[in-house]
Amino acid sequence: MGYVAVTGGQQAIETANLLNQWYRLKDADHALEVTAIEKQMRHLVDRVISESGLYAPNDAALALKQAEGDPAEAAFLLRAYRSTLERNVESLTVDPGQMRVIRRISSAFKDIPGSQILGPTADYTHRLLNFTLRNEEAQAALKSVLQQLPKQDNPHTDHRQPFRKVADLLRAQGLLSPPNARNGLVDITRDKLTFPVPRSAKLQLLSRGDTGAMTALACSSMREHTAQHPTVAELRVGYVELTVAYPLASNETLSLGEVMVTEVETINSFTKKDNGDVQFQLGYGLTFGQNETKAIAMAILEQRLETDGTSPTHDEEFVLLHVDSIEANGFVSHLKLPHYITFQSKLDVLRQAQKLAAEKTDHQEV
Amino acid sequence: MAMHTPLKQTYNYAFLDEGSKKEIRRATLKAVAIPGYQVPFASREMPIGRGWGTGGLQLTLSLIGDGDTLKVIDQGNDDSVNAVSIKKLVQACTNVAVTTDAEQATLIQSRHRIPEVPIRADQILVFQVPIPEPLRFVEPKEKKSKHLHAEMDYSGIWLRLYEDIVKWGKISIGADYPALAHKRYIFAPSPIPRYDLPKLHQAEGLFLFGAGREKKIYAIPPYTDVEPLAFDDYPFEVEHFEGCSCRLCGSTDSFLDELYDEAAGQTFYQCSDTGYCRKCRERGAQHGK
Amino acid sequence: MGNEDRPLLAVRHLMKRFGKGCATCRNPQNLPSGSSHCPHCGSVLACNDISFDLYEGEILGIVGESGSGKSSLVQSLYFDSPVTSGSATIATYNKGPRNIFLESAQQKRYIRNHLMGMVYQNPWIGLKMNFSSGGNIAEKLIAAGDFNVRAIRSRAADLLDHVEIPITRMDEAPAHFSGGMQQRVQISKALANKPPILLLDEVTTGLDLSVQARVLDLIRRIQRENRTAMLVVSHDLGVIRMLCDRTLVMKQGRCIEAGLTDQILEDPQHTYTQLLVHSLL
Repeated sequence: MGYVAVTGGQQAIETANLLNQWYRLKDADHALEVTAIEKQMRHLVDRVISESGLYAPNDAALALKQAEGDPAEAAFLLRAYRSTLERNVESLTVDPGQMRVIRRISSAFKDIPGSQILGPTADYTHRLLNFTLRNEEAQAALKSVLQQLPKQDNPHTDHRQPFRKVADLLRAQGLLSPPNARNGLVDITRDKLTFPVPRSAKLQLLSRGDTGAMTALACSSMREHTAQHPTVAELRVGYVELTVAYPLASNETLSLGEVMVTEVETINSFTKKDNGDVQFQLGYGLTFGQNETKAIAMAILEQRLETDGTSPTHDEEFVLLHVDSIEANGFVSHLKLPHYITFQSKLDVLRQAQKLAAEKTDHQEV
Repeated sequence: MAMHTPLKQTYNYAFLDEGSKKEIRRATLKAVAIPGYQVPFASREMPIGRGWGTGGLQLTLSLIGDGDTLKVIDQGNDDSVNAVSIKKLVQACTNVAVTTDAEQATLIQSRHRIPEVPIRADQILVFQVPIPEPLRFVEPKEKKSKHLHAEMDYSGIWLRLYEDIVKWGKISIGADYPALAHKRYIFAPSPIPRYDLPKLHQAEGLFLFGAGREKKIYAIPPYTDVEPLAFDDYPFEVEHFEGCSCRLCGSTDSFLDELYDEAAGQTFYQCSDTGYCRKCRERGAQHGK
Repeated sequence: MGNEDRPLLAVRHLMKRFGKGCATCRNPQNLPSGSSHCPHCGSVLACNDISFDLYEGEILGIVGESGSGKSSLVQSLYFDSPVTSGSATIATYNKGPRNIFLESAQQKRYIRNHLMGMVYQNPWIGLKMNFSSGGNIAEKLIAAGDFNVRAIRSRAADLLDHVEIPITRMDEAPAHFSGGMQQRVQISKALANKPPILLLDEVTTGLDLSVQARVLDLIRRIQRENRTAMLVVSHDLGVIRMLCDRTLVMKQGRCIEAGLTDQILEDPQHTYTQLLVHSLL
């Protein structure tokens, strides 16, 4: 028998799964510990919880193990899991002004109340491969680090009070309009979206966006001819408390614990408001985990979407429909599926067009 | 492979929670009420890739119950990897029976084909749709294409067809050929071949279209007029298979896959609808007796 | 066209404001004289209480310097941008009494496709430059319900022939044409469904003098042959003198003078009109 079209699909899938397992574990002395991924692949885990929109670092580590380290695939696993979970309760609005800050910088003001805190960052670390990590003993290394840390920066003894936000200081001086009252929040995982979408939907879509795609778009918006160079009023990383209304007594709240977030507020050029006031325009970014570049990109893109212009990053359909990792990955990778029928149909059109063209030429020759 | 605990124990029946299923059915009812109109819905993330049939899958899962018999095809083929994958997922989280016989099925999920045997009044065909907007290739913006539909302003897409004729001597659209639903909305029939498009016109069965990534549901209900866009003097044409027949069952009246046998150095054809082809062969064998 | 005839197009108290407007400029009397700019909120009244009639077969000129509001006026009439207030009625549309600015989007599209044609100063606005010239005309014919390719092509060929575009270039995109040819394709597209009203916005601006003359000839011929009523907007009194029976002079959004073109040219009343006429001589 000659060529056989796709058959044996069932068997093929099972074989593919088995081979996947083999490639995942071959040459491994011992299987990766999920907890080790969670604790030591912090930025990867943060990226996955941010892009999936599910604050579950341990599940994210599991997803990363299953996906053999592919963050897009891990975010996809978490999203699919998330969409089956019951929505039991809605949290109260989080106040990032009350954040337990581990890092906080401002590129706008040298001296901000409460001062700048560089915190954990590789921004000023030379990118030289550290070969000593090959043979590292975790407990000894940790102990040595703690001994070297200045006392006030020791995470165990640090009890910093919340810092006032730079944006609030600007507001107090009338340089920035007060935040909009929250009204009619949509939930992009439950409500249908029709363009143009409300601002709450834009922020949710961006907050779950793909780090790479958002960075690229934000970069393009800073380079084009209408570009404005935004200034980071404040970037803060730290823990915010999640609370819910206590069901048995009004005015009381229950604390559920803390989540780590990155919040960025950028200042762009100023604008004249409807009431005639001239004020700065704010760009806002917030992500789960420590995802600083993404949070800055979000603030840039959010501000671009709130202003009119002709560049692609002013176009909400262009930005919002393409920054989601799960959707973009799915659509691009679907090209791996068979397209025999559509190709056959196109082939037919091409042959007909060739025939018509040939007839025309014949006709001209006669 | 016993890697996972059965989905039935860890997930709701048919995967989605009941609230989500209800919402999808509500959108579907609206779609049935307005043939060809794209109803937005809050598409859920599914355990298969966006663009890999999540829209069709959500429709199937929102509709399916224990009494159903499911058939899933991709390119007309029950055994194609993606069809098998989707069928496995539905089976894993429901108790439905599956079949490869289109006539036995109550619910058929398909990518790129309509089975050769006409869909009956007691059957539903669910399509997986990549791009639900037929105007997308003349108007890239959703905001604007919605206006064009609302005002039935379709001269842009017609102009595209006119330009095709000027350039190629005929309309150059292959699959996913746009059609007018009940003299109102132009819709994308999903990438089925032109050969299948007339099967939607005044049909007995219900056709549902789900686009998961684009978050739209639309429908061609029974006995709806479906008219492929065509000029009076450049009528709609289906794919040409003159003089070709299926090398397995001998059919001359089905959509054929074109295959190339490298060893023999020749082109041959066989039915794209594998269930239909098998039945034809079985019938042929009985006649032979 | 006697006075007893009903005008084909009657525009009354048309206001077009760019900007939000405020308590001051909502009453245009409050604007400083000789200005269309609200000193309080910065809004601009591009058209300030414009009224006129256009009769069948007539060419009405609208003249004024750039920024006088004349382009805003025709663009408002063609529904390119919404008016702030005012009315316009077309005698042949629904027996005439309906304010077309208040019609539904579908009805406005009907009016644009059947009752009015528009020729823009910039052909890139009026034409789909990367579609064929014939296709540009076809779009209008299709919108009017013509679905026969042969009939569409024969009508498009007639129209292009009428504006002296060689039929051999019918399937070429106007992007490859000269400026004068693009304007002529635009005119043929605007005429596709034989609209009774044609709006022409600075159609000869930027063209060589000889090319200008051909386009002006064409406009006159169309008026003669089809009795099409036209609104010709131009900053060039020469163009107005050559084409228009009556003329309206606009400055800072207001109509400062109106009357027979000859009369305005011979005996301008307003100092601004006098200035315009003298610069022409």
